[in-house]
Amino acid sequence: MTRARDADAEMIAPAHPRHELMVWEALNLALDHALAADDAVFVLGEDVGLYGGSYRVTQGLYAKYGEWRVRDTPISENSFTGLGVGAALVGGRPVVEITTVNFALLALDAIINLAAKIRYMSGGQFRVPLVVRMAGGVAKQLAAQHSQRLEHTVMNVPGLRIVAPATPQDAYWQLTQAVREDDPVIVLEHELLYFKKGPFDIHAAAPPMHSAAVRRVGAHVTLIAWQRMVDVCLQAADLLAQDDIYAEVIDLRSLRPIDLPLLVESIKKTHRGVVVEEDCKFAGAGAEIVAALQETIFFELDGPILRVAAADVPTPYNGALEAASIPDAAAVVHAVRRMVGPREE
Amino acid sequence: MQRDLIKQFLYDMLLARRFEEAAAEQYTQGKVAGFLHLYPGEEAVAVGSLRAAEPGDYVVTPYREHVHALMRGVTPNAVMAELFGRATGCSGGYGGSMHLFSAEHRFLGGYAIVGETFPLAIGVGYWLAMKQSPDVVLCYFGEGAVNQGTFHESLNMAALWKLPVLFICENNRYQIGTEIHRNSAVTEVYKRGCASGVPGKHVDGMDVLAVHQATQDALQHVHSGSGPFLLECETYRFRGHSMADSGAYRSALEMAELKARDPLLNLRNRALQEGWLSEDDIEALFKKAHETVDEAVRFAEQSPPPTDLYKDIYTQPLDVYRGAP
Ligand SMILES: Cc1ncc(C[n+]2csc(CCOP(=O)(O)OP(=O)(O)O)c2C)c(N)n1
Ligand SMILES: [Mg+2]
Repeated sequence: MTRARDADAEMIAPAHPRHELMVWEALNLALDHALAADDAVFVLGEDVGLYGGSYRVTQGLYAKYGEWRVRDTPISENSFTGLGVGAALVGGRPVVEITTVNFALLALDAIINLAAKIRYMSGGQFRVPLVVRMAGGVAKQLAAQHSQRLEHTVMNVPGLRIVAPATPQDAYWQLTQAVREDDPVIVLEHELLYFKKGPFDIHAAAPPMHSAAVRRVGAHVTLIAWQRMVDVCLQAADLLAQDDIYAEVIDLRSLRPIDLPLLVESIKKTHRGVVVEEDCKFAGAGAEIVAALQETIFFELDGPILRVAAADVPTPYNGALEAASIPDAAAVVHAVRRMVGPREE
Repeated sequence: MQRDLIKQFLYDMLLARRFEEAAAEQYTQGKVAGFLHLYPGEEAVAVGSLRAAEPGDYVVTPYREHVHALMRGVTPNAVMAELFGRATGCSGGYGGSMHLFSAEHRFLGGYAIVGETFPLAIGVGYWLAMKQSPDVVLCYFGEGAVNQGTFHESLNMAALWKLPVLFICENNRYQIGTEIHRNSAVTEVYKRGCASGVPGKHVDGMDVLAVHQATQDALQHVHSGSGPFLLECETYRFRGHSMADSGAYRSALEMAELKARDPLLNLRNRALQEGWLSEDDIEALFKKAHETVDEAVRFAEQSPPPTDLYKDIYTQPLDVYRGAP
């Protein structure tokens, strides 16, 4: 397996000499490698083939692997996701692309009632090595029906794994790991991150798919985020540092399972935490993370762990209102100041 | 050949009828729980169609599937034990009546959400076509499921990519208490693949020989690489939709008319008339079916329950707060 990966790396390396990639390029590379390495892998979804993918993630793959392995589908989310489940039961390793999480609402039967349940219901007779990729988050004035976040819905389902990469390196690593996983994995991508550039090393060893990562070391407060909110937290940490408040920023990377030990370790040091999420606060992913932390390390805390989250509204079209509906660095700074208070020297 | 086949079909249907009666008895005694959907009246469909399939073919069914599992070779013991929720059941006691599975028999379940068998079947079909396998998929569903979006979505994809899927509609006229003419603008199910160009045929689902022949013809079409086929078997269930339903919405006249077409009695009478089987032959089959089912009940009763709540949610145990435990 490792040898195959190195060979792939060499094969691909000349085409990607840069040490920086955009997230979409990293995902594209991961799919290219997966398709080359294992002929059980196939990709399907709307416009993934000839057109190259709505966010370019499957660009070039149709020409390289042909229509059976890179399949353009009709607009039938529930059935083509269910198709992926059926193929996974009998030996396939399908990678389904659902253009956005908003459309994945039509595929929840395939994801929740089929993919997540079959292994258990069958007494362990079947594996469901299925990957479902979907783009989500608040992008640029796409209005309420194209700005949903879906973390909370899928996090609550035993049988699924969920990853949420925020960097090109993680996008490559986690998609690669997801395809090799024998259980269904949801890959939550973010519409505003596809064209984000970041350092990329094809030879670097991947951490486990579910482990969280410390993006910035700090001492006074732990900021916990995933996807685009990691960048918001890093900006906030810069601002806070001007006032000598040093925030530790943790990129959760995985939402099921979550890497609670890493969060606990950080908060044992900082004694304060803020979860920053792009979804609505009420019954959101942040609620789970905060509850789990308070159950685990209540007596280490200097105060309640706070949530900075989206306003409890459908996303508005107007740009200024849209921006006001989701957390930004100022909102994170404000929350931290509330916790930390004026610093005495 | 004819005599052996008739004997096989008659035994299969006797076993099916007796199995379902025993399941109802055990339910009444509180040994079988949950939703229990029984098959009396519809036996000719599963028996006739599945006896026409090859061992390598895959089968996907809705929740009224005990007989389909039996016809694929899952033992009566394993099916009854599953109904009892025991570890020796074909899904280890984790699935129950509506979720029978057997990887060994390529029996892919047992699904309780109406309309789910379509996407699963085209997924299997996609894989078989991609791998250029000679095997095919048999996809079962009720006439009520045809109004679900997945029917149309999946038939379209199956036809577009010429997938080797035989769609078999078990048209028992009712979706729980709603008769087909009250939920469907077009009641001839076999015509409803026309929007995707899927050819269809109607067959008398109370006649096991007709179902068997029609399935053989349809499978030939599917095997030829011409894509999917839609076979509508018109049948009737003698009991309510499930054990929770008395079926009181159907008139006594309608019930009497359909019971007169009982697929089991018809085959029995015909076998006697044609001299294919004697009264003694039939008595022996009847006795064997009863003994087999009695043994299945005994086996289920004596089997241990499953004990591991967390088994097989994932391929590797997973702690949601830490990853691997
Ligand atoms: C999506 C969905 N809607 C409703 C139900 C409840 N339900 C269970 S069986 C059934 C009737 C199905 O009728 P049909 O497809 O004709 O199958 P039959 O039971 O007659 O074999 C209904 C409405 C369900 N299980 N799934
Ligand atoms: Mg029906």
